[in-house]
Amino acid sequence: MPSLPAGRFRSIAWRLTVLLTLLLTLAAAGTVVAALSYGQTAATRAFDRLLTGAALQIAERISVVEGETMIDIPLSAFGLLSLAAEDRIFYRIIAPDGETLTGDESFPLPEASGSESDPLLYDTVFSGEAVRAIKMQRFLAERAVRGPITVIVAQTLRARAELANEIVARAIIGVIVAGGVTLALALLAMHLALSPLRRIERALLARDPKDLTPFSTTTPREVEALVAAINRFMARLDRRVSAMQGFVADAAHQMRTPITALRAKTELAMEETDPRKLKALQRRIRDRAIGVSRLTDQLLSHALVTHRADSATLEQIDLRRVAVEAEREARRTGGAEGIELDLPADPVMVAGDAFSLREAARNLITNALAHGRPPVCLRVSVTSQGRALIAAHDQGPGMSPDQLQRIGQRFARDPSNAQSAGLGLAIVAEVAEFHQGTLRTAGGAGDTFEVGIELPLTAPAAPFSEGEIAQ
Amino acid sequence: MKRLTGFVLTTAISLVAGLAGLSHAAETVTRFDAIGSTTSDLVIASVTDIDFMQPLISAFQAINPGMSVTYIQDTSNSLDKSVSEACASANFFADLVISSSIAQQVRLVNGGCARVIGTPVLTSLPDWAQWRGELIGLTYEPAVMVYNKEAFAAEGPPHSRFDLIDLMRQSDKLNGRIATYDIENSGVGYLFAFQDSTEASTWGRLIEGFGRNSVATFCCSSEVIDRVADGRAFVGYNVLGSYALSRAESDERIGVILPSDYTLVLSRAGYIPREARDAPAARAFLELALSPQGRAILDGETRLLTPLNGPAALARLSGDDELALRPIPLTPALLVSLDRAKRARFLSQWRKSVTLPSPR
Repeated sequence: MPSLPAGRFRSIAWRLTVLLTLLLTLAAAGTVVAALSYGQTAATRAFDRLLTGAALQIAERISVVEGETMIDIPLSAFGLLSLAAEDRIFYRIIAPDGETLTGDESFPLPEASGSESDPLLYDTVFSGEAVRAIKMQRFLAERAVRGPITVIVAQTLRARAELANEIVARAIIGVIVAGGVTLALALLAMHLALSPLRRIERALLARDPKDLTPFSTTTPREVEALVAAINRFMARLDRRVSAMQGFVADAAHQMRTPITALRAKTELAMEETDPRKLKALQRRIRDRAIGVSRLTDQLLSHALVTHRADSATLEQIDLRRVAVEAEREARRTGGAEGIELDLPADPVMVAGDAFSLREAARNLITNALAHGRPPVCLRVSVTSQGRALIAAHDQGPGMSPDQLQRIGQRFARDPSNAQSAGLGLAIVAEVAEFHQGTLRTAGGAGDTFEVGIELPLTAPAAPFSEGEIAQ
Repeated sequence: MKRLTGFVLTTAISLVAGLAGLSHAAETVTRFDAIGSTTSDLVIASVTDIDFMQPLISAFQAINPGMSVTYIQDTSNSLDKSVSEACASANFFADLVISSSIAQQVRLVNGGCARVIGTPVLTSLPDWAQWRGELIGLTYEPAVMVYNKEAFAAEGPPHSRFDLIDLMRQSDKLNGRIATYDIENSGVGYLFAFQDSTEASTWGRLIEGFGRNSVATFCCSSEVIDRVADGRAFVGYNVLGSYALSRAESDERIGVILPSDYTLVLSRAGYIPREARDAPAARAFLELALSPQGRAILDGETRLLTPLNGPAALARLSGDDELALRPIPLTPALLVSLDRAKRARFLSQWRKSVTLPSPR
C-alpha cells in the first residue's frame, strides 16, 4: 500500500475500514479452517454409516448349509454402497481359519485390531487408491463351522471428498456473504459514529473568522479535549486581540498628550526672548522628552511582556542571574549608577521566562530610581514561606495608601513627576501574574521602601548552574 | 469393408508377441492399415464381431488418416483374462477395451485398471451409462427373444416371459426347440440371466420350463439366431438385440420380440486402460462413437444403437411406444454377480434346473 497517499492513513474512517476488513478476514479464515475440519468429519461420518450398513447386510446373509459356509452377497448391500456413485468398492470375507472365502484376497486387514467383536473402521490404501474400510465379525456357532467370520467392506474416498468440498464451499460462500454484510453494516455504523466529527468540521468551516467565542456544539466525549483545546486557543486569541486593541488605544492616548505638550512648549520656547525663561522652558522640554522616551520604552516593553505571557515557554532560571543581567542592562541604558546587588550564596531557581523576568527587574530598578531615594538595592532572596523574591529596595518614603491600592495598574502614574509613564509597575505586575507570582511591597514607614515579586520556588537545578553563575 | 486400403487377418500368436506364453485360443487380430502413412497405431480389444465394429473403424480412419487400427477380438471370458493379467502386471494390452460383458468391465475399472477418459461427451450420457468418468456405455442393446416365424404362423409368438412360461408348461411344442446362451461360458448370457433373477420372480419358473423342455445352450447370439432361422429351434431367449435386429432385416424367417413385461438393455462398455499407449486416439474413437456421425453408424445396419437415442430408436424399430426398457446400469452393484460364492450358487441352481430332467 505504499502508493496510497499518506493522507489516507490519517483518516480515522480509513484506519477503521482497514482494521475491520483485516479482522473480518481473520475471522473468515478461522471459520473456513473450522469448516474444512467439520466438512471432513461430517462426510466421513455419513459415508461410514453406508459402509457399516453394507457390511451388516453382507454379514447377515452368511449362513451354514449342510456343513458349508454359504455367502450370499445381497444386491442391496452394493446398492447402498453405490449411493457413493463414483466410488470403487472392495470386499473380502474370511473364514475362521483365515481362508478368504470370497472377495479380494489381498485386501489389507487393519493393523491394530482392538476388540475383535466390535466393528472397526480404518483407512488404508488398496489398488493404488486411498480407501476407507470396515471390518466386522460374525460368530458362527454351528456344528460344522464355529468361530468368527470376518467381513471387510471398503470404498474409495471420492464421494466423501465431494461432500466435504460441498460443505466447505457452502461454508465459504456463507462466510463471504456474512463477512460482506458485516463489513457493510460496520462501515455504516462507523459512518454514523463519526458524524459528530463532521458536524464539528462543518461548524468550524461555517464560522465567521472574526467570531472567537467558544464552541457550544455538543461534542462526543472522545473529542471533548480537542474541542476544549480549540476553545482555549480561541480564548487566547481573543485575549491577545483585545490586549492588542487595548494597547493601541492606550498608546495612542498616552503618547498624544505628552507630545502635544512638548510641541506647545517648543512653540512657546521659539517665541520666548527672555533668556532666563527660555532656559527654564528648555529644561521642561528636556524633562518632557525624557518622559516620552521612557513612555515609548515602557510601552514597547509592556507589549513584549504581554506577548510573551501568552507564548513563551517557561524554563529553569536562577533569579540571581536575572538580577545581575537586569542591573547590567539598567546601567547600560544610563542613570543607574550605584545600584547595589544583594544576592544569596545558593541559586534561587524558578520556572520562568528569562526575558520577562529581566524586564520586570529592570523596571523595578527604574521605578526605584525614579520615585525612591538612593541608595537603591536589588535584592534576591528566599522568603520564610519558601518563595523566591526579587525586589528593589530604596530609602524613600514609599507610596501613599492611595497609590498602593492602584499599584500595578496601567498608567497609574505620579502626576507630580513628568518623567513617569505609569507603566513600570504594571509591567512588573503582569510578569508576576504570568509566573503565578504576586506583586509585593514592604516598608513605607518613611525611610525605606521595597517593591518586588514573589514567585514559586522550584527544586534546585543541577549543580552546573553554580558554575554558570560563577562566570 | 470395401473401402479399406489394407485388410490383414492373422492369428494372434504371430502379432501379440509381448504376451508370449499365454494361450488365447480364440483370439483373432485384424489390422487396418492407415489410409496415409502410418504415424500411430490404435489397439482395440473387444468381444464384438469385427463386422459390427468395422464401419466405425473406417469412419475413424477417414478422420485420422495417419492412424492404423489393430483390432483384437476374443470371447468375453478369454478377453477378460488377458486384460486382467495385463492390468495386474502393468503391461500394455490395448488402448481401448470394449466388451459386452459389462460386469467384468466394471470389475476391471473397480480394480483400478482404467484411466479417466476426460471427454465432454460424458456429460451428455445418462448417468447409468457411465461410471467414474472411466467406463462409458457405447451401445444400447436389448435382450430380446427371436422366434421362427413359420413355427408361430398360426397362433402368433409369445410376447412376454409369461407367454413363454405358459407355452412351455401347456404344450410340448417347444420341447427341444428352445435355445439360449450357455451362461456358464458366456459373459453376456450370465449377465442377462443374473439380471433376470434379480428383476422378477419369473426366473425360477422360466428355468424350470427350460429344464422340462430340454433347452439347448450356445456360446453366442449368432448361433442361437442361426438355429431359430433354420427351424432347429423355434424360440431363442435372451439374444442380443443388435444381432437379432440386424439379422431380421435380411432374414425373413425370424422375428424379434422385446418382451413386454420388461426388456433388459445392455450398453457395451469401453474404457481406456491405465497402460494405454495412445490414450488420445482411444478418446477420439470413443468421442466419434457418440458423435452424430458415430450415432448414425451405430443406428445403421449394425443396430448397436447408442445410450443417447436408444429408447427412441427401439420404439421406431419395434413399432411399440410402451416398451418396458430396463438398462443395466454401469455401477459396482454388477460386482455382486461376479462374486465367486454368488456365482457358484447361481450356476449350481441353473444346472440343477436346466440339466436335470433329460440329459442332452
